[in-house]
Amino acid sequence: MNFLAGTWIGEWLTGLGRITLLSREAITSALTFKFSRRDLLYQIYFIGIKSQSVVLVTGAFTGMVLAVQTYIQFHRVKMDTATFAVVSVSMCSELGPVLTALMVSGRVGAAIAAELGTMRVTEQIDALRTLATHPIDYLVVPRLIASNIALPLLTIESMAIGIAAAYVVGVGLYGIDPAYGWWNMLKYSHDSDVMIGMVKSVVYGGIIALIGCYKGLSCSVGAQGVGRATTEAVVYSSITILIVNFFLTMVLEQLCIILGI
Amino acid sequence: MIEVRDLYKSFGAQPVLEDVSFLIENSESVAIIGRSGGGKSVLLKHIIGLLQPDAGAVLINGENIVAMNERQLLRVRRKFGMVFQGAALFDSMTVAENVAFGLRRHEHLTEAEIAKRVAATLDMVDLPGTEKKNPAELSGGMRKRVGLARAIIYEPQILLYDEPTTGLDPIVSDSIDKLIIRVRDQLKVTSIVVTHDMRSARRVGNHVIMLHAGRVYANCTPEALFASQDPVVRQFVDGVADP
Repeated sequence: MNFLAGTWIGEWLTGLGRITLLSREAITSALTFKFSRRDLLYQIYFIGIKSQSVVLVTGAFTGMVLAVQTYIQFHRVKMDTATFAVVSVSMCSELGPVLTALMVSGRVGAAIAAELGTMRVTEQIDALRTLATHPIDYLVVPRLIASNIALPLLTIESMAIGIAAAYVVGVGLYGIDPAYGWWNMLKYSHDSDVMIGMVKSVVYGGIIALIGCYKGLSCSVGAQGVGRATTEAVVYSSITILIVNFFLTMVLEQLCIILGI
Repeated sequence: MIEVRDLYKSFGAQPVLEDVSFLIENSESVAIIGRSGGGKSVLLKHIIGLLQPDAGAVLINGENIVAMNERQLLRVRRKFGMVFQGAALFDSMTVAENVAFGLRRHEHLTEAEIAKRVAATLDMVDLPGTEKKNPAELSGGMRKRVGLARAIIYEPQILLYDEPTTGLDPIVSDSIDKLIIRVRDQLKVTSIVVTHDMRSARRVGNHVIMLHAGRVYANCTPEALFASQDPVVRQFVDGVADP
């Protein structure tokens, strides 16, 4: 049992060390502009544009269900018009960034790990190296930067569609007064909520790209290896996002209080 | 000049290369032969720095590449071209994009110049007009030709071939051998061909290195190898299974 725990912890620490080295190498490469602009644009298209439908559906239905739940509770204490304020704050600082990141990690993280894993087992990564091209410059950096650019934009979309969908449900279905509802929402939502959401989405973009790339580049040979790398990329990035979210929320909220934002 | 000095490599408890040493002069054409799983491809990957040895040195024009990190190796690898056993073409790109890859990454040429160089190189490997095809549409022999075109387009000094005729019929194998000889003579490159096809080794190599049990067992001309009466060499040359 102790041996098993030791092995698991050892593997976990080794993985953590390797992903840290990968991150350092990728950030250094990104800062020296060794990546191709064409590849970056393609990755922004793949991660950003192609994830629209998933993110919009998730955002809209999350906003709607949040409006329903909040309205039902608030209606009992005659605070119906505060519904949109709760939806807005939740969507901007928590649900928007987290759910967007989880959905994108399922779609993009898996695709990155599968693509790079297949390239590894078919010697395409070795072929890149023989063509004097560093795999991190060519494969990791465009995905990392694209993910960092696309995630905040997708998160903004998710926030907007979530609030809009909640408004439609609240006003259209439950008859919340639109003027008071909107006024309360603006009163209790702050710039800091949106800023916290943006900071989180940039961090989650990095997590998705780096874990996907790491799992793909280090996958074991064979179809089974690629399958495992794909699954692990989604599971590890989702868990990491949820854990990091807790600590980021604490730090960022505290920071906003200190800075008076 | 390529010098391999006292190279050791093992995977886990399994030793693959033990005290391997040899020298390859510029413009020489060397065939590395040996039984399957005998470490030929592992040796080739050490020569281009894709694998790190447990001990020993690999010197390319006097520079020890074993001591280099991945970024330093990129500079040395621009002297190399490598043709992989399974061709290792980038399957998300067309033939033209595969062949042009090295040019786009390392040389500042216009699209017209790149297209011209790609067409000329595909012509050299007898695949004219295949620019827009995808790797999935190509046969095994065609894929290896595209792999060779990708490797030679930026005119490297050293070409490495990892089992270029494996899995091909005798006629296609013959055409690949002729292509290797033509490329060697036209570009005046140093060629290292890993193979277990004795006919191919005899044709493309003016020097043969035989690996056996992880060591260099023979290092001679093809004629001397075929004339050898050593039982291990004879068994391999004649293709006789262990009793």
